Amino acid sequence: MSNAATFDTRTDTAIPVEPPLAYSYRHSGAPRGSGYRLKLRERAMLGHLILRGGAIVLDEAVRDVLGISLPGQPQALVHDASGERSIQWLSPDEWLVIVPGGEEFPLETKLREHLGSAHFAISDVSGGQTLIELSGEAARELLMKTVIYDVHPSNFPVGKGVTTVFAKATTIIRRPSEERWELVVRRSFADYCYRWLLDAGSEYGVNVEQ
Amino acid sequence: MFYIYCPYCGEHREEEEFHPKGQAHIERPKEPEACSDEEWGNYLFFRDNPRGVHHEMWVHAVGCRKFFNVTRHTVSYDILETYKMGEQPSITAESQSHHREAAAVSDQEEVRA
Repeated sequence: MSNAATFDTRTDTAIPVEPPLAYSYRHSGAPRGSGYRLKLRERAMLGHLILRGGAIVLDEAVRDVLGISLPGQPQALVHDASGERSIQWLSPDEWLVIVPGGEEFPLETKLREHLGSAHFAISDVSGGQTLIELSGEAARELLMKTVIYDVHPSNFPVGKGVTTVFAKATTIIRRPSEERWELVVRRSFADYCYRWLLDAGSEYGVNVEQ
Repeated sequence: MFYIYCPYCGEHREEEEFHPKGQAHIERPKEPEACSDEEWGNYLFFRDNPRGVHHEMWVHAVGCRKFFNVTRHTVSYDILETYKMGEQPSITAESQSHHREAAAVSDQEEVRA
């Protein structure tokens, strides 16, 4: 076990907690209704961990603890059987792990125990970013006018995730399945991205699921 | 706009994702204390400004955030190759000039023929 200081960011104390987009819903509204071609849903309060270190050492630990193998190929995104836990390649020595909320601290502790004195770093970034899910037939059309990356299925198949520029904000764009797209945005950029999505999506009709 | 191949991501990406970081392959003097002022000043402040093939360092700032090297032609703006840190370029000003001389010779031979 490494001697890094760790702490659980979710306490038992009753502190009012709001998802990153709560402010945006109050100020910009959350359109609902039928006849929409774009659906937005924030999947707030998930556990986000950044793993850094050598691929071989991390792969072994992640396989044992999480049951998923570490994606070694650039831009790769893998999910477990339930689809709730994922690991994404961010750079040759960096991976993003997303797990259901509350699981991140036990996972971090287990990984640290498993990795022992190996050379690695694990950072809990759950509070710093949020995940917005896009679905509906206009989702790709909206991305086409927003991101500089080519989102055509031939270049962006299911199981790919890239870090790129989304409306001038650094964003991770992921494609977990045929019909769904995921944006991992910084919490501080969440309101900007949300308002951009509402504005850009107004021509298709947007439905926000809260 | 450049369309730059990131050797770490293994893909071409838009220039917007990158930042240029100046001349590549600058080596810090092993013993700074033993340097003359001129040597140290040259290391610290003076950079090449060639007309032609130039080796530069770029960073994939939005993306994998790794530094890598780019061989670029400063007249045509062509990116001739990109390669990882610690590697040596396969295209240099010399290799390009040999190539050009060889091409010129073959052109002349063609004219004679």
